[in-house]
Amino acid sequence: MEQVTLSANMNKEDSTWEPKLLGFLCRWCSYAGADLAGTSRKKYPANIRVIRVPCSGRVDPLFILKALRLGFDGVLVSGCHPGDCHYQSGNYFARRRMAITKKFLEYMGINPKRVQVSWVSASEGAKFAEIVTEITQELKEIGPNRVFNDERQGNGTEATE
Amino acid sequence: MGSEPRIGVYVCHCGSNIAGTVDVKELTEFARGLGSVIVARDYVFMCSDPGQEIIGNDIRDLGLNRVVVAACSPTMHELTFRRVCQEAGINPYLLEIANIREQCSWVTEDKQMATDKAKAMLSAAVKRVYYHQPLEIRKVPFNANTLIVGGGIAGIGAALEIANSEHKVYLVEQGPSIGGHMIQLDKTFPTLDCSACILTPKMTQVGSHPYIELMSYSEVEEVSGYIGNFKVKIRKRARYVNADRCNGCGLCQEKCPLKVDSEFEAGMGKRKAIYVPFPQAVPNIPVIDTEHCTYFLKGKCRLCEEVCEVNAIDFEQEDEVVEVDVGAIMLATGFSVFDPTPIYQYGYKRLDNVITSLEFERLVNSSGPTTGNIVLKDGSTPQSIAIVHCVGSRDKNYHEYCSRVCCMYALKYAHLIKEKTDAEVYQYYIDMRCFGKGYEEFYERISGEGVNFIRGKVGEVTDRDISEEEKGKLIVVAEDTLLGSMIRLPVDMVILCVAMEPQPDMEAVARLFNISRSADGFLLEKHPKLDPVATTTDGVLIAGCCQGPKDIPDTVAQASAAAARVLAMISKGEVEIEAAVATINENLCSGCKICSLICPYSAISFDEEKEACRVNEALCKGCGACVSGCMSHAIDLRHFTNEQILAQIDGTLT
Repeated sequence: MEQVTLSANMNKEDSTWEPKLLGFLCRWCSYAGADLAGTSRKKYPANIRVIRVPCSGRVDPLFILKALRLGFDGVLVSGCHPGDCHYQSGNYFARRRMAITKKFLEYMGINPKRVQVSWVSASEGAKFAEIVTEITQELKEIGPNRVFNDERQGNGTEATE
Repeated sequence: MGSEPRIGVYVCHCGSNIAGTVDVKELTEFARGLGSVIVARDYVFMCSDPGQEIIGNDIRDLGLNRVVVAACSPTMHELTFRRVCQEAGINPYLLEIANIREQCSWVTEDKQMATDKAKAMLSAAVKRVYYHQPLEIRKVPFNANTLIVGGGIAGIGAALEIANSEHKVYLVEQGPSIGGHMIQLDKTFPTLDCSACILTPKMTQVGSHPYIELMSYSEVEEVSGYIGNFKVKIRKRARYVNADRCNGCGLCQEKCPLKVDSEFEAGMGKRKAIYVPFPQAVPNIPVIDTEHCTYFLKGKCRLCEEVCEVNAIDFEQEDEVVEVDVGAIMLATGFSVFDPTPIYQYGYKRLDNVITSLEFERLVNSSGPTTGNIVLKDGSTPQSIAIVHCVGSRDKNYHEYCSRVCCMYALKYAHLIKEKTDAEVYQYYIDMRCFGKGYEEFYERISGEGVNFIRGKVGEVTDRDISEEEKGKLIVVAEDTLLGSMIRLPVDMVILCVAMEPQPDMEAVARLFNISRSADGFLLEKHPKLDPVATTTDGVLIAGCCQGPKDIPDTVAQASAAAARVLAMISKGEVEIEAAVATINENLCSGCKICSLICPYSAISFDEEKEACRVNEALCKGCGACVSGCMSHAIDLRHFTNEQILAQIDGTLT
């Protein structure tokens, strides 16, 4: 029921449309960085919804597709800086997987910029706030994600962008 | 899973921290409408005793078997609320936190948007907790040996505290002797007791302590394992001197024909190619500096070998790698001093008699190269000395932070100069920061000793005179911000109070021990106020200046705190390890072994009989990299299962 309302809103394409951003943050670096943004009272758009994962290497490309299918306009995957992974090498796997996922999205006709990967350490609260602000702005320019729009409304046909 | 989920939702106001931005009443009402939610309540401080009681009572009275707390970050109170669950009789893993403070109310200005975001986060948490499974907390024995890296006052203090409780300590020091920066200092503020006099007894205690194994001239090469059970490889670099034979007579040093700048004397004095850095060194065993030794460079000399009466010199010695098992690791790797050469206008290394604070410490030290006489390069006694504060500290071009000790040692210098010479002393300061016990009193005392204070940052130190009076002098140019005018002051000597900065290899150290660094480059503590000695890696502690600039009392206090933490773990004797580990469904596993290639901990092995992979739960750290790499979707990560994460994604769209 909620989802239908969301899709209906998106169709209006009026000035009140706000992009929905899903963030996968690793618990050691980026989630702590996001917490630091809060502790230092940095303001950033409320468009992001955060999922805490142990490591960016836990992020299954399936999650990205699922998020886009459910109606998110963009996905952020963020972990420790390369070389600083709490689990030694998880972020390297994440980096490769996301690179391939973006290619795949492009192939499917989805703007690969909807998926962003960035490295935010536990001390980079300000950087986290900046990244969310930037991506939200970028998604506003790209516009609503309508690829699975019809499917969500039950028409069964798919659009590309 | 057992019975049907019965979820309780608890919304915290956190005073006005959350309630000031998020409409907590509306949020609680919203929670009541979510699936499987039996009860939803709000309270002003959920983490307080009455708050915890509300949750505990509901679990017991309403038969809840899942709990969602919408409050601060899980890093703050997840453990608190897990304990509440456990005490009320449900598994601690049946809890989920919605972080509506750090990641919602504190970062959002608009109240409506903040409330909407909080609703989404809460709904996600409720959907996620529906799929939570009880997990078993496993315990493993805690190894009572400790590794301490760094033999400065922090490492020495901590080593003695732990060893005095009759638990083994491996103390690893990179240099040939322990003592750190403190042993280089002359007097210590504000009491003016001699640094070496208070430190050397502790050093000798370390050297002879039955429970301390001192590994000087050594480096940690590899760390593996986890809290309670670390395996550490330590490289003992070749000293080319047999430690068992050497009796520390010092004849080799005396006869060695090669002189080089001494690191210990901060370049103010010389040492030989075979040397102990200073007479009170622990251990008192020389090392041969292969970078300078004539034999290592040209293949002949070996004079030290000839003169050594106990045949301790061994040119064939090689590095030795030893492996030790420890339960906890403490890093006390200290700081390094800022090199002011890049600040061209201060003339360091360009102009004679512009020296750093550490160089002055050696100059004024009675065991130093001038036996404590404050002299200029030409041997004469200075008539006037300028002390420049905040060189490289509180400077956006170099280090933004305050180094915390410079104001105080600058005052100490003024006193020592006044004591030993008739020179005029000028302090160029930005702000005087005398914050510790007895520090303000020390400031008052030195102010009364006829020291000149000039408030202003020095713009330039130059030798270009413009008047007769300035001839042959160093001219310090600064704006006196209290007078509001530029002043030029001719002096004989300039002391630059240089910043404390992270050791140059700090990045490698952080990587080796798998911990983070803060924006200033020092090691990052777990919590800046409430847990300044722990790190994000359990079992790895930090103490002293590797965490940030501090004075000796603070360093000693932090080292003792870290030692107490180690002793607490040792006395408990066992440690809880990650319950959220990966599991493999053997029926789905195709035996491709990709997961075992991904796993950085070698926790996955292949069972030939079942033709399936298997996770060693003691080794698995729960990163989940294998889960998203499995082609057959045969692996899942407990507490971060696909089901839980997908439900959470779905929930956020409410």
